[in-house]
Amino acid sequence: MSTLRASVNVTPATGRPFLLYESDRASRALETLGAWILGVLWILPLLYAFWAAFHSSADSTHFTLSAPWTLANFVHAWHAAPFARYFLNTVMLVTMVLGAQLVLVTLAAYAFARFEFRGRGVAFALVLVQLMVMPDVLIVENYRTMTALGIKDTILSIGLPYMASAFGIFLLRQTFKTVPRELDEAARVEGCGPLATLWKVYVPLARPTYLAYALVSVSYHWNNFLWPLIITNSVESRPVTVGLQVFSATDQGLDWSIISAATLLSTGPLLIAFLLFQKQFVQSFMRAGIR
Amino acid sequence: MRESGSVRRSRGADPVIAWLLLLPAVALLALFTHYPAVANLVHSFYSTPRANHPSTFIGLDNYRNLVEDPVFWKALVNNLWYAFGTIPVSIALALLMAVWVNGRVKGRGFLRLAYFTPTILPMIAVANIWLFFYTPEYGLLEQSLGWFGLAGHNWLGSRDTALPAVMVVAIWKEAGFFMIFYLAALQSMSPQLAEAAAIEGASRFYFFRRVTFPLLMPTTLFVLVNAVINAFRMVDHIVVMTRGGPDNATELLLYYIYEIGFRFFDSGYAAALTMVLLAILAAAALLQFGFLERRTHYQ
Amino acid sequence: MGRTIKFLRVLARAATALFVALCAAPALAQAPVEVPFYYPVAVGGPITKIIDGYAADFEKDHPSIKLKPIYSGSYQESIAKALTAVKGGDPPVTSILLSTDMYTLIDEDAIVPFDGLIKTDADRKWLASFYPAFMENSQTGGKTWGIPFQRSTVVLYYNKDAFKAAGLDPNHPPGTWKEMTADAEKLTKRDASGKVTQWGVQIPSSGFPYWLFQGLVIENGINLMNAAGTEVYYDKPETVGALQYWVDLVNKYKVHPPGIVDWGTTPKDFLEGRVAMMWTTTGNLTNIRKNAKFDFGVAMLPENKRRGSPTGGGNFYIFKKSTPAQREAAFEFIKWVTQPERAAQWGIETGYVAVRPDAWDTPEMKKYVEGFPAAAVARDQLPFAKAELSTHDNQRVTKALNDGLQAALTGSKSPAAAMKEAQREADRLLRPYR
Repeated sequence: MSTLRASVNVTPATGRPFLLYESDRASRALETLGAWILGVLWILPLLYAFWAAFHSSADSTHFTLSAPWTLANFVHAWHAAPFARYFLNTVMLVTMVLGAQLVLVTLAAYAFARFEFRGRGVAFALVLVQLMVMPDVLIVENYRTMTALGIKDTILSIGLPYMASAFGIFLLRQTFKTVPRELDEAARVEGCGPLATLWKVYVPLARPTYLAYALVSVSYHWNNFLWPLIITNSVESRPVTVGLQVFSATDQGLDWSIISAATLLSTGPLLIAFLLFQKQFVQSFMRAGIR
Repeated sequence: MRESGSVRRSRGADPVIAWLLLLPAVALLALFTHYPAVANLVHSFYSTPRANHPSTFIGLDNYRNLVEDPVFWKALVNNLWYAFGTIPVSIALALLMAVWVNGRVKGRGFLRLAYFTPTILPMIAVANIWLFFYTPEYGLLEQSLGWFGLAGHNWLGSRDTALPAVMVVAIWKEAGFFMIFYLAALQSMSPQLAEAAAIEGASRFYFFRRVTFPLLMPTTLFVLVNAVINAFRMVDHIVVMTRGGPDNATELLLYYIYEIGFRFFDSGYAAALTMVLLAILAAAALLQFGFLERRTHYQ
Repeated sequence: MGRTIKFLRVLARAATALFVALCAAPALAQAPVEVPFYYPVAVGGPITKIIDGYAADFEKDHPSIKLKPIYSGSYQESIAKALTAVKGGDPPVTSILLSTDMYTLIDEDAIVPFDGLIKTDADRKWLASFYPAFMENSQTGGKTWGIPFQRSTVVLYYNKDAFKAAGLDPNHPPGTWKEMTADAEKLTKRDASGKVTQWGVQIPSSGFPYWLFQGLVIENGINLMNAAGTEVYYDKPETVGALQYWVDLVNKYKVHPPGIVDWGTTPKDFLEGRVAMMWTTTGNLTNIRKNAKFDFGVAMLPENKRRGSPTGGGNFYIFKKSTPAQREAAFEFIKWVTQPERAAQWGIETGYVAVRPDAWDTPEMKKYVEGFPAAAVARDQLPFAKAELSTHDNQRVTKALNDGLQAALTGSKSPAAAMKEAQREADRLLRPYR
């Protein structure tokens, strides 16, 4: 920040184009350097995972470029744990949670944004309670509930507490409120019922919010660990996070090569998808104009 | 046809429809948020049931224990440092990253991918890799310090550096994720604004401070809500890297609840601890809600 | 409008299909006696295969029993899972959990003693066949609550090449604390700038420092707790002296890395040649043997006032919330899997200590020890071994000690002050059980 400020000071407020250009170029070079330093730092864990996964355990901590490459760690990890299954579980979990969230959140947000009814304020406050009383904190009580429902150790039980999302309802309600009432009325005049109005008017206009929310949700459940750890027992329901932890927590010491191979195996599909569709993904996200 | 205002139009049927729309969300919230929160409050006034001592009403005893528990205070203070350290730094870095990859910086594609990696790699997996970075003697950090001729340090094994070390991991995780939202917001800004400012002779920093940053305020608030929640929720790497050690130097509230509830099996005390965490989160949420609500023109 | 309804219908159908798919899975036929069995290991990997093999072999011999192994992760996760399941009313029938969890499991009324299942003389003979050091952690109040299976102990691994390089006899590992200090001083190497390139000795102190520390305490003449699990001796002079020795290795002799030494990376430190001697579990033997690029040796822990080490590892427990038929079935399996031949085979394949003396007399085991004498060190140390630290409210009483140890090792408290504080906390926790 201080370098930026310095460059500002050099430039007179009146702004001689030449001077401005000079200092601008210097600061740009500095920024590029900074961006790259940060970028390298940020990708370092991934780079290291690649290095360790493709080298033997003995070479994993020395960065001698001549060290032989190997696929043995992947073979070992693949046979040591059902990572494909874990990955599938996570995909199912994330899809299920997001799908349910989008439907529930849309309906509730619509009710709060555009309906006048007694108890609305209280109901909304009760929903907002979840902003602070996060399911992550209520693990003991929710475990009891899941047992009572008889659905412990299923993918459904991992996702269920998160399906009604106060964060989503709040976010979407804000967006729906900005939809001009004229549009709403026009749709009704055309004979649309409430659901059709919601579907035709509100949902399309809220696309950016949906995208932003979807990203938060997917990233949250893709990474979530503590609750799935507690509620799942079997290979059939464990998500990748729990699978990886169960795999790497041994009493015999760490082997970074195997752990890295396992990490790449289980996050690989997403990584490749991102590499392939990076442009489209970022662009569509941006075209939607999330703010 | 009818008088203005869809709200006024059909008061008879609307409440029913509204409640029907709300029903699924409210039912799930009641089951997995309200009921457990109330049950938790009730349990915090009861002793932990044991085989030969069934649960009994003990009033505020669990809370009294809390006040006398040095580990709790340590966890609370640690968690506040953790929040104050990670939230501003990760948001500032996210913004910086977004500005960079939004501009004409060289290697933008690579940088975007680099900044994005924390979103793809689950914390629990990456914590093991960070463990290697911090390992004394031959860890990556040690090796690089060695190249500069600097002395080594046991980062996770010393009381002064363990908490900052896990905070760095949290910042790494958060900043990359938040960057996406800033980037999206920047992309939707009109480029004419910047061009006009450049013609006026405004410096880039001035433009950023006076125009871009205020326009990004909604995004900042959105990100802030997430950051606050995560500051009290993100303990996955503690499980792998330090387990709250050394001597509770990295003990955080949620991890302590997990320890008390699922390792010490003291559900009564865990309930009291949970209430404290809920109170902190409630305070944070009220503050933020005040901000958010004032901004009626979201989007 | 029509599109909305269609959309909702599709969604509903998808949700129903998902629901059915998720719910239908656990419903299974009920014919044989089902015995869910928690096993504390990651899914997959060599140990899973061995256990799966045992389950299949056992079911062949006992077609009326269906054993269902559930691989539940680390010990920490397994006990958490088991007790949470007890509270949820859905525990396994049997599980291998840490021997130190015995009091916790009793206090939670989660398990039943084996005494009710032991009926015949053959059963009694079987019960008497285990090493007494292991049974110390399996019995209390005159009852047997656990059966040793996946057991270990602490031993000293040393790098013979480093010994040679330092002018020490590679076939003479340190036998006493004094020798260990002297050897470690010779083994600690520094570069020109004074930076240590090889430490003399390292005792890990993350996660569960109490276990390795217990070795020092036993060698210093006492154990950390009484047999009833209601008292601990954290502030006894012997305990403080043991901690002082550990701290001295770091600060006075400067032969042990400072700060907290990570348990998980310790074997790697040893394999990397960063440390010449390490204290760790016998369970690491297979790993070190496979990956060491140098000649290494395994020795009993050095003695001070006496020789000693804690035992460690897991026992079989039988959970209370089960039918009598399930308990009988689980008991049958436990007896079956602890037969000498199987105990021997288990020890050879995993590196854990075979839990009964006669397992070491089987031809298979004799041959193994002949080819790899290091494997017998743990056995030879067992007569000196003592029960691992275990009390009522075990995890917390242990945490008090762990915190104190870490405080002393990171230099924030003196050993005496740290142990005094740990004792006060432990006394407070244990008062209700006295």
